[in-house]
Amino acid sequence: MSNKPCIIPNPWQQLKQFTDARIAQGRAGVSLPTRELLAFQLAHARARDAVHTPLNSEALLLELAELARHLPLPKPVLLQSQAQDRQQYLQRPDAGRQLTEQSIQLLIQQSSPKTEAFRLAIAVVDGLSATAIHTNAIPYLQAFLPALTKQCPDWQLMPISLVEQGRVAIGDDIGTALQADLVVVLIGERPGLSSPDSMGIYLTYAPKRGCTDEQRNCISNIRPGGLSYADATSKLGYLLTQAKQLGLSGVNLKERADETRLESSRTDNFLAVPNHNAVQQ
Amino acid sequence: MPSPYRFSLNHHTWQFASLAELMAKATPLRSGDQLAGLAAVSAEERVIAQMTLADLPLTEFLNTPLLPYEADDVTRLIIDSHDALAFAPIKHLSVGEFREWLLSDDTSSADLAKARAGITPEMAAAVSKIMRNQDLILVAKKCQVTTAFRNTIGLPNRLSTRLQPNHPTDDLNGIAASILDGLMYGSGDAVIGINPATDNVRQATRLLHMLDDIIQGYQIPTQSCVLTHVTNTLECIEQGAPVDLVFQSIGGTQATNQSFGVELSMLQEAMDAALSLKRGTVGNNVMYFETGQGSSLSANAHHGVDQQTLEARAYAVARQFNPLLVNTVVGFIGPEYLYDGKQITRAGLEDHFCGKLLGLPMGCDVCYTNHAEADQNDMDNLLTLLAAAGCTYFMGIPGADDIMLNYQTTSFHDALYARRLLGLGAAPEFKAWLERMQIMSNASEATLSTQLPIGFSRALARLPSGNRA
Repeated sequence: MSNKPCIIPNPWQQLKQFTDARIAQGRAGVSLPTRELLAFQLAHARARDAVHTPLNSEALLLELAELARHLPLPKPVLLQSQAQDRQQYLQRPDAGRQLTEQSIQLLIQQSSPKTEAFRLAIAVVDGLSATAIHTNAIPYLQAFLPALTKQCPDWQLMPISLVEQGRVAIGDDIGTALQADLVVVLIGERPGLSSPDSMGIYLTYAPKRGCTDEQRNCISNIRPGGLSYADATSKLGYLLTQAKQLGLSGVNLKERADETRLESSRTDNFLAVPNHNAVQQ
Repeated sequence: MPSPYRFSLNHHTWQFASLAELMAKATPLRSGDQLAGLAAVSAEERVIAQMTLADLPLTEFLNTPLLPYEADDVTRLIIDSHDALAFAPIKHLSVGEFREWLLSDDTSSADLAKARAGITPEMAAAVSKIMRNQDLILVAKKCQVTTAFRNTIGLPNRLSTRLQPNHPTDDLNGIAASILDGLMYGSGDAVIGINPATDNVRQATRLLHMLDDIIQGYQIPTQSCVLTHVTNTLECIEQGAPVDLVFQSIGGTQATNQSFGVELSMLQEAMDAALSLKRGTVGNNVMYFETGQGSSLSANAHHGVDQQTLEARAYAVARQFNPLLVNTVVGFIGPEYLYDGKQITRAGLEDHFCGKLLGLPMGCDVCYTNHAEADQNDMDNLLTLLAAAGCTYFMGIPGADDIMLNYQTTSFHDALYARRLLGLGAAPEFKAWLERMQIMSNASEATLSTQLPIGFSRALARLPSGNRA
C-alpha cells in the first residue's frame, strides 16, 4: 500500500472569499472528502430543523407594537392561516394562502373607512422559515418604514399583520379585508443549507383572493449575508412608487431600481481575460 | 348514459366519469394529485384505472381532448401539430399495446423517432402510467435526441451538465468563482446558466456580457444563459446583449403559462430574435425551457387534470420551439406536490421518459427542498437511474448546494460519479476543450488533472492575494 494521501486538494482556495458556495472542496477520486461530506449532512440536518421551528409570535408582536408606536402606526394584529399546524401547512398550501374567518373579522374591525388616501398593508409571515422572520423582519422594518413615510407622506399605512402558518398569497386576503391598494408581504423563504435565515418580500397591487404570481414582484435573499436592508429598502421604495404610478404590479412592472446606478453595468471579475486576448493553448 | 371508461372484474363494474378522471386515478400515488382531490381513493382503484387505461385505444386521446380545443391554446397546439402519417404505424394500438410496442425488439430508435410527431403528450403520459420504472428507463434509453449550438448535446454515451454558478447577490467574483470551480471539474457543456438574484433587464445584460467574455476569452465550446423572463431576454436582445439561449418556464395549460406571464407568441418572437443573432457555431437550437409537475395546480390552472399529464403537455409547448435543452425541476416545487424521495424518483423517471419520447433533449434537475422528505441519498438513486436511462444533462452546482435558490441538487462531483460509473463523456467539442486545457488528463475515464491549467492560474494571479511576484 502506498502512503500517498487520498485527498486531492483544489489550489483555488482563495476564491472562497467571494462566495459561500461549496467550492474548492477537493476530492477523493472524483468523490467528496469525508469532512466535506459530513459538513453537508450537518447543514441539511439544521435546515430540516429550521423548517419546523415555530414563529415566536409573542415577542414579535411586542416588537412590532414598539415600532408602530414610534412612527406612529396603528397597533399590529396577530392572524392565523387556515393551516392548523406545520404538518398540514406543508401538505396543504391552499390552507396557508387563506386567513381563518376569525382573522378576517379581526382585520375588518381594525380597518378604518376607506378614504381618498392610497392604502398600503404590510404583512409579516412565517412562511417556510420562522428563523428568517426572527432575524430580519424587525431590523428591516426599522430601515424601511421611516424611509417610506418620508418618501410617501400622503400614503395611509394600515396596521401591520403578523401571520402564523402563512404563504405569500395570504397577503391577498389581508389586502382585501383592509381595503388596501397595495400589499407587501415579508416572508421566510425556503431554508437553504447555507441560508436558513433568508427573507423574501412580495408586492401585489390591488390584492384579492386568486391573484397569481405574474401579478407580484419579488425581492429575494434579504439577510445579513445576502441583500442588505438598505438595498432592499431602496428596491421596495422604487417598486411601490412605480406600482402606484402605473396602477399595476408583476411582470409588467419591470424592476429598474438598479438602473439608476452607473456602477451596476460593470462586468469586472477575476476570470475576465484582460484586453479580450483569448487564452491560447 | 354510462361512462365509456369502465372496467368489469368479479361481477363488479368500476366506472370513471371522464378521461381526465381515468388518467388521474391511474397515476402512481403523489401528494399533488391528492391535494387536487384527483387521486385514486384506494390502491385497488388505482390498478383498475391502469387496467382500464391499458385497454383504451390511442385514438381516444385525439378524439377526446382533456382541455377543450376552443378554450386552451396548448390543446390547439397539440391537435393542430399532430402528424397523422407519423401516427399511422401505431394508430391501431391500445395504451397497453403501445407499451409493448415501445419495448419490442422490433421497434428501433429510428422507429421511435419517426413516430414522435404522431405521439401526443396525453398518449405519452397514459403509457407512462402503466409502465414500471425499468420500462421508463429502457425506452427512454432507446430514444435518441440530439441538439446543437456551440457543441453537440445528446449523443450516445454522453452526459452533459449545466454549470449553475448562482450567487445570492449576483456578485460577479462570486459567480466567477463557482464557474472556475465547475470548469475545473469538467462541468458546463450543456450551458453555463445563471438564475439572477436581481431579475431585471440591466442585471441580465450585465451577466450576459460577463458570461460571453468568459466563454470567448477561454474559447469554451459552450453557451450561456441568464434565466430571466422571456420578455426580459427579448429586451436584452433589442439592446444588443450577447444572448445565446432564451430561457422560459412553461406549463401544460394556457392558464399555467398565463400565470408565468407567457403567451406562445412571445416564445416565437423571442426565438426568432435569438436566431437572428446567429451566435450558434454547430447548430441553431436557441431555446431553454424548464418545467415541473405541480406548476399548474400551484397556479390554480390544472382544470381537473393530473399533474403528470399536464407536465407532458408542457413538452408539446417545448417541442414547438426546437429547444437546445429542456429540464424538469423535479423536486423543487416541494412536498405538497411530490412528498418524498420515492415520489420524486418516480416523477423524474416519468418526465424524462415522456420528454424523450416526444423528442426533447431532456435533462433533469435532480433536486429537493429542505421541507421535503428526501435527502442526498434519494438524489444519488435518481441520478444513477436517469444516467442509466440516457438523461441528456444534469445540473452542476458546487457541493450540490444552491445558495441563491435555497435547494439541493447535483454537484460537479456527482456528475463525475455518473460519468465514471457508466462510462459517459461530455459533449465531444467540450471534451476536446477539457483535454486541450489540461483540465482532464483522460476525459474518457473522467480523470481530472491535479494542477490548475495555465490560463486559470493567470486568472488567480490577478487577484490581490495572488500577486506573489
